[in-house]
Amino acid sequence: MYPIIVFSVSGLLMLFLGLSVTKKSLLPINLVFLIIGLLSNFMDWNSPGLYFNSMLEVNNSLVIVQSIVILAAILVAGLSSRLFEDAIDHPAEYYALMQFAVVGALIMISFQNLIMLFVGLEILSVALYVLAGSDKRNLRGNEASIKYFLMGAFATGILLFGIAMFYGATGSFDINSGSSVGNSAMEAKIFFWIGLVFIFIGLLFKISAAPFHFWTADVYQGSPTIFSAFMATIVKTAVIFALYRLAVYSFSYEYAHWSKFLVIIIALSMFIGNLTAVYQVNFKRILAYSSISQAGFMLLSLIGLGEQSFGNLGFFTLSYAFATISAFGVFLIVSSNQLVDGRPNENIDVFKGLFSRNPDLAIILFISMLSLSGIPLTSGFWSKFFVLNDAASKGYLWILIIGIVMSAVSLYYYFKPIRATFMATDADAVSVSTLSKITLYICAGLTVLLGVAPNLFRGLF
Amino acid sequence: MFESTIDRVPDVFTQVPLVNFVLLATMLFTIGIVGVLIRKNAIIIFMSIELMLNAVNLLLIAFSSYRSDPNGQVFVFFIMAVAAAEVAVGLAIIVMIFRNIKTIDISLLNRLKG
Repeated sequence: MYPIIVFSVSGLLMLFLGLSVTKKSLLPINLVFLIIGLLSNFMDWNSPGLYFNSMLEVNNSLVIVQSIVILAAILVAGLSSRLFEDAIDHPAEYYALMQFAVVGALIMISFQNLIMLFVGLEILSVALYVLAGSDKRNLRGNEASIKYFLMGAFATGILLFGIAMFYGATGSFDINSGSSVGNSAMEAKIFFWIGLVFIFIGLLFKISAAPFHFWTADVYQGSPTIFSAFMATIVKTAVIFALYRLAVYSFSYEYAHWSKFLVIIIALSMFIGNLTAVYQVNFKRILAYSSISQAGFMLLSLIGLGEQSFGNLGFFTLSYAFATISAFGVFLIVSSNQLVDGRPNENIDVFKGLFSRNPDLAIILFISMLSLSGIPLTSGFWSKFFVLNDAASKGYLWILIIGIVMSAVSLYYYFKPIRATFMATDADAVSVSTLSKITLYICAGLTVLLGVAPNLFRGLF
Repeated sequence: MFESTIDRVPDVFTQVPLVNFVLLATMLFTIGIVGVLIRKNAIIIFMSIELMLNAVNLLLIAFSSYRSDPNGQVFVFFIMAVAAAEVAVGLAIIVMIFRNIKTIDISLLNRLKG
């Protein structure tokens, strides 16, 4: 609850600081604001309850999840050193919008009322529509921005229709009111089912699960890399926890029916995400398709829906955030040194010879790719193990087999960039700023640490 | 906080059944969805999205009146305010694209390919 207030104020302050402070000093100020937000988050520790006229819920598990989002924002901000130094860039606005987007994500994680779900989603999305198009002269960025905007607004419309139907069935926007439909009239039940389906579709659009994924690759490819990393981690975390809350509090009564359809969506996400990624040569598109299959894995914990599922999902999103941010970070640094037609080279061959040009970056890339594909001794292995275990406990063994087979397929495209790092090349060495280096070391170090001792984090829930 | 403040259901709602409102809103919503899917002009797509949101507003007001519960009408104000913010951002994006390629036909935006 406190970080929502902190970031709302600091975002506004950031906008005004952009007028009076030099561009170089904006990044440290941004990091200070984000760290203040992270610390203020723990003022909510051990004070569970409903706040703001039961609009938001606070409890310790939610505080941990909110910390994951803020931590991801800090890591993404840490990668942005040396960016935004051209005359046409406006870093103050970018940082302010990133802080506002975090506010939206925090609201979505802890909402108790569907009004807050809608408001949080819109705060998050509207900020990201602007960030996706922040490179105004780049036609690809423009295209990504309009695609993201039109698809996002469309998804919001569908979500709202679902919320309206939910309200018609239950007479309240409170998320607990879903359980009261059980013994009401037939008409109310029909409204409730339409509401459930539309709310799910609206949110599955945002998390880019399979039949609703078609915008993802274009948007990730066209947006500036740093904001693709932001979208891939923070939006996915916020939306999956919003879905989890709805599944537990509003829709658990109908679990037996919707879980059958959700399993099909998960299987499709894994198939389409992994099999399409195999054919890509653009690294950002590979990560986009991999994020579709990871969304499928995240949704597995909605199938599980047991006592451990919340912790499993938290562990999954944290390890996914570390791996994705370090993959995007290495790519951001390497590609900005190699220009093709005045734009950063985004093909996989940008990594050629990275092992001799900068061995640290190559090893960090190696770790993050291993973690994304789920190899033991990285946190990605445990995260997949936990969510698959969840699904297996409910008897869905066939989804477990699909998940394992698709992980094997994913090894092919995750190893493409790794193979490229060992190729011979005559390109120059890659230089990295200190802050980016620290950020990447933290990501890679924690990926390995959580891979060796997963209960360090999972024990917190 | 929100006690029921509507004393009685307005006359018009006692004469027209709720299902009619739901059907009207669903039809408007469907027209909006079809518009988003088949039109090529960014502004028209945008209008279709607004039509979807307004269909939702109508639905919320109908439910709200039938249940004598003001919560739904409060939500409508939220939707209107947020839709206005979205319009501001959306039109800015469309103007940005028009400046660069002198058209807003989205079928011409095809630079991003796998």
